[in-house]
Amino acid sequence: MPPRVLIAKPGLDGHDRGAKVVAYALRDAGFEVIYTGIRHKASEIVAVAIQEDVDVIGLSILSGAHISLTSKVVNGLKANGAHDIYVVVGGTIPLSDRQKLISVGAKEVYPTGTTIDELVAGIRSICNFPDTSKDESTSSSVTSRVLET
Amino acid sequence: MSSDTVRPLFFETDGHIPVKPYYGPEDLPSYENEINVPGHFPFRRGNFQGGYRDRLWTFRQYAGFGTAKESNQRYRYLLSQGGTGLSVAFDLPTQCGYDSDDPEIEEEVGRVGVAIDSLADFDILFQDIPLDQISVSFTINGTAAIILAFFVAAGDRQGVPRELLRGTIQNDILKEYASRGTWIWPPTPSLRLVADTIEFCAAETPHFNAISVAGAHFRDAGATAAQEMAFTLQDGITYCDEVVSRGRLSIDQFAPQISFFFYTHGDFFEEIAKYRAGRRRWAQIVKDRYNAQDDRSSMFRFGCVCGGVSLYSAQAQNNIVRVAYEAMASVLGGVQSMFTAAWDEPFALPTEETTTFALRTQQILAYETGVARAVDPLGGSYFVEALTDDMDSELVKIMADLEGQGGMVKAIENGYVQRLIAEEAFRRQRAIESGAHPVVGLNVFQATEVPRDVQSYEMDEGALKDQRKQLAAMRRDRDDELVQQSLRTLTAAARKTDVNLMPLLIDCAKANVTVGEIVATLKEIWGEFRQPTVF
Repeated sequence: MPPRVLIAKPGLDGHDRGAKVVAYALRDAGFEVIYTGIRHKASEIVAVAIQEDVDVIGLSILSGAHISLTSKVVNGLKANGAHDIYVVVGGTIPLSDRQKLISVGAKEVYPTGTTIDELVAGIRSICNFPDTSKDESTSSSVTSRVLET
Repeated sequence: MSSDTVRPLFFETDGHIPVKPYYGPEDLPSYENEINVPGHFPFRRGNFQGGYRDRLWTFRQYAGFGTAKESNQRYRYLLSQGGTGLSVAFDLPTQCGYDSDDPEIEEEVGRVGVAIDSLADFDILFQDIPLDQISVSFTINGTAAIILAFFVAAGDRQGVPRELLRGTIQNDILKEYASRGTWIWPPTPSLRLVADTIEFCAAETPHFNAISVAGAHFRDAGATAAQEMAFTLQDGITYCDEVVSRGRLSIDQFAPQISFFFYTHGDFFEEIAKYRAGRRRWAQIVKDRYNAQDDRSSMFRFGCVCGGVSLYSAQAQNNIVRVAYEAMASVLGGVQSMFTAAWDEPFALPTEETTTFALRTQQILAYETGVARAVDPLGGSYFVEALTDDMDSELVKIMADLEGQGGMVKAIENGYVQRLIAEEAFRRQRAIESGAHPVVGLNVFQATEVPRDVQSYEMDEGALKDQRKQLAAMRRDRDDELVQQSLRTLTAAARKTDVNLMPLLIDCAKANVTVGEIVATLKEIWGEFRQPTVF
């Protein structure tokens, strides 16, 4: 079973070019990807993550409100006992905020300038999901789906 | 770079249009019917014979942050530096219809634009800015009708006759569903509001553009130049169909108040061809589809922004050069108003210094380079005319495909447009990372530099408190009965489908009803849009 990743955009920011590029990249890397679209409340993202039993939530935030929004998602997961779901954050994140995000509970931060390969390798490592694409015997299963919330 | 990776650079445009080694007379369309004199149908060479000799494009820098007071200071600064129009950026709560004291959106107030709750904020926003002399553009969509009502009410309070108000309201909800994201209600009531504003502006504010049909956001989300233009023209058709179907206005009564808005990115000749082909195609559509009699209805007037995703953090000052080329392409394409982004846009809100620099880029172009002297200086160029034709063919093809999907609303509702855009974005990202799409300073000619850090704008804690305090005071002091009465009248009218809501929204504005209250009231009647998540 490939790891399941939820790509989500909390808050009001509608710029989802990056979120979709990441969703496509993870899909091509063999992950099962769920993208829920833009403008979701932290509580909605938490509910979908638990319901879909995902391994990782990737939050994409470009509005500058990343610390508050990430805290809300992390705290929501904790409050619902979902301690095993990792939260990673991407977007226009100042490097100086990286440590703050880690301290509010983010597992990893992928600021502007992160390449697709770096990001995929990072999520692979978090999920303990090694790249076997060079192994001829493995078929590259691509599963991507999207759901309504 | 290996010879392999530079191939696409020389053999096709960024938007995948093939380019031959050279062009000749055999590539030119007919002069009389197609190229023609500027100011004549099909306006391929421009809307006016006098071009920039008669009227230079408007230097319009997009700005807005924090409170109305802070933004007002920036506007007055820009005007003092030779800016000739204003362009208001709103914060996301205002764009999505929430007040500054709504706990749901507390972290977003004043962050990416100015926070507007009520008419009181608008009075401050335009303090000492004469609305009969300075044209104002509003990047607002979901709440466009409400903001237009605030603007008209602010003008009324300044004593400016409505017919003298000048500017543009973006008011293009379709692209919000597909790419920008500040939708509120479902398409049907939203289109009704757009048509209401178009009718209102036709009747009351003849110098104010009721809509700026925008391709820019498709483009920045990933669309090619041809997709950007084709999706936009298709949106334009949808709005015109909506207004015409009401049977109250003929095309010639409202089409002259439609404008357009795009991103100019880095592929110089492709951008020029995009604008020339778009202008030419729109003229034909308005004439053929709606039987326009007045040539002014067929005129495709557009603004543009240079920057966006075409700018990079790596060797960020290279962006100055990129923006300058993009601005020149826009002018050679015949732009009417332009925003040149500051070079620090990829990582910060521009400072006074960087935004001034961006404005100077336009001023140098206008006053030093001489490109504005002759109208459409590239007219008749074998290559540019051929590329304009190629671009036009692309537009026709993409628009036919959208019609095949059942029109733009259907194509957006089923996620078709979103998917096309996301696929292009992914392709481009891969091309940049593989080196197939060269970006100087990023994947070629890199330099050792300390990475620039993103500086997100943090609204001053005190200003935020002030904003909420003023809102609370305003709510306390206003005439509650008048507020309730205005909202009741609005509700009753919104339940019908044949009443224009604009006058009632202006009444709400003058009764100090807030953006959030109006939006919440209309949500009760119209519901909320549910985003299609197919992609």
